[in-house]
Amino acid sequence: MKTVLDESRKLPPHRLAPPLFNARCKACWFVLGTLLLVVLSFWSLDLQWAKFLSMGAFSKMGRFLAELTQLEGSPAFIRKLLVAALETLAMSAVGTLLAVMLGLALALPASKTFNGDPARWRGVARLVLNALRSIPELIWATLLLIAAGLGPFAGTLALGLHTAGVLGRLFAEAIENAPPGPSDALRVRGVPEGRVFLYATLPQVLPQLMSYTLYRWENNIRAAAVLGVVGAGGLGQMLAFHMGLFQMGETGSVLLAMLTLVALVDAFSFASRRWMSV
Amino acid sequence: MPLASSAPLRRDPAARQRVFWALASLAALWPMLVLSEFKPWLLWEDGALKPALRFVADFVPPKMDSEFLWLVARETWRTVAIATAGLTLALLLAIPLALLSVRVLSVSALTGRMAPVPAAARQLVRWLLMVLRSVPELIWALVFVRVVGLGPTAGVLAIALTFAGMLGKVYAEILESSDTHPAASLLRNGSGRLQTFLYALLPQSAAELTSYTLYRWECAIRSSAVLGFVGAGGLGQMMDASMKMFNGSEVATMLGVFMALVWLADRFSAGLRKWLA
Repeated sequence: MKTVLDESRKLPPHRLAPPLFNARCKACWFVLGTLLLVVLSFWSLDLQWAKFLSMGAFSKMGRFLAELTQLEGSPAFIRKLLVAALETLAMSAVGTLLAVMLGLALALPASKTFNGDPARWRGVARLVLNALRSIPELIWATLLLIAAGLGPFAGTLALGLHTAGVLGRLFAEAIENAPPGPSDALRVRGVPEGRVFLYATLPQVLPQLMSYTLYRWENNIRAAAVLGVVGAGGLGQMLAFHMGLFQMGETGSVLLAMLTLVALVDAFSFASRRWMSV
Repeated sequence: MPLASSAPLRRDPAARQRVFWALASLAALWPMLVLSEFKPWLLWEDGALKPALRFVADFVPPKMDSEFLWLVARETWRTVAIATAGLTLALLLAIPLALLSVRVLSVSALTGRMAPVPAAARQLVRWLLMVLRSVPELIWALVFVRVVGLGPTAGVLAIALTFAGMLGKVYAEILESSDTHPAASLLRNGSGRLQTFLYALLPQSAAELTSYTLYRWECAIRSSAVLGFVGAGGLGQMMDASMKMFNGSEVATMLGVFMALVWLADRFSAGLRKWLA
């Protein structure tokens, strides 16, 4: 049986290529399903290509871009921009710090640290972490605007809540995967769980927690820049404000500041990664 | 007497350093707290808390009548459709750009250094990809809402541009990290660049490319829901409308549906990746 199968697979030169569609070919089904999904998507959305590709839209786009490039550069406006950029940075830093605290507080019950650890709250804590994580920052921000009002505080809390979900899960995994030796050594001497964590587990996982935190901070700076669009402070709020008033010169400057901030963060993280890996 | 000194130390020998660094970092953090207007006590003033509490109390029970659920289902499908259509357009843009920027497909690089013109062209394409992905999709959406008006077209275009930048860069990286020997042999023997891509590069990395694209599709669903908040259609736009009306029960249903959608997309793409592997 086996030899027959091998023979048929060989495909000597005089044989034809296999048929294009074969009911056992996974890739064919995958391609078929994808095509169906794509066609259905385009068909069900009434996309206004005519409007987008018309002369009117092109001239509108051109005028829009021309207005955007007339950057507003008065010293007073630049000062406002700098304050907003600093606000964005502060939002991301404080939000990440909140996330570390909340994430760690949830990661401890969410991790099973030793064999025979009952970990009663593991399911609940993981559920909370998943819920926090699956709602994006922007939706958290719109929800929190109701309680915290317009301004950077709502954005900070939103960043904190979403990032807590992300970091908490990563922290829980790091804590569970820490080598059990040192903590077991303390545990058999009757040291209480809190101190076992502080003096045995935490020193081992701290570098990993730090690197996760720094990585998320980098992400959060980028997120904080756009979060303000719904009114949650920083550069985004300025962008939404000036765009709403059709002040295109100011809008262009804010956009440029945003892109510069993101590029700076990228360059800094690239340089520091290279510096650390050397 | 030496017994007393061998008794275990009762306090943490590093306590002083720990306290010092904690205080120092708090001092460094202070301006940040001021700038981000971090005033949690404001949350507890009853003026702020009451409408929020009423809003949250409205979450239970979530709105469940069939007419509303039908509407939510339609908007959910639109969110998925915006993500799919956007990603399709992104692919149409990303594949040519990735092929243009791959160094392995350079004929002049076969013999020493790449010629200056193709090298400059490749660098230009790389910069274009960087610009495309460094503008967040929310900003693209804001711009396109101005040009084509409210609705799914803005969302599709925003996703297409940002994701084209990401996909193009990662595709180029995947293709360059594969074994370049087959490609070089084909090019040396006179096959065209497209043939080289199809017969030397693609077979090696097709699985990796597919799985990355699936992962990005999942991300696109998440971001298409968010794009609705600036008026680009789908579940986000509906959620935004309900939030502005403080309609907690509607928001609760939609949040539940959104979380289920994200979870399903995650399961679905993970399952598909396993099935194809």
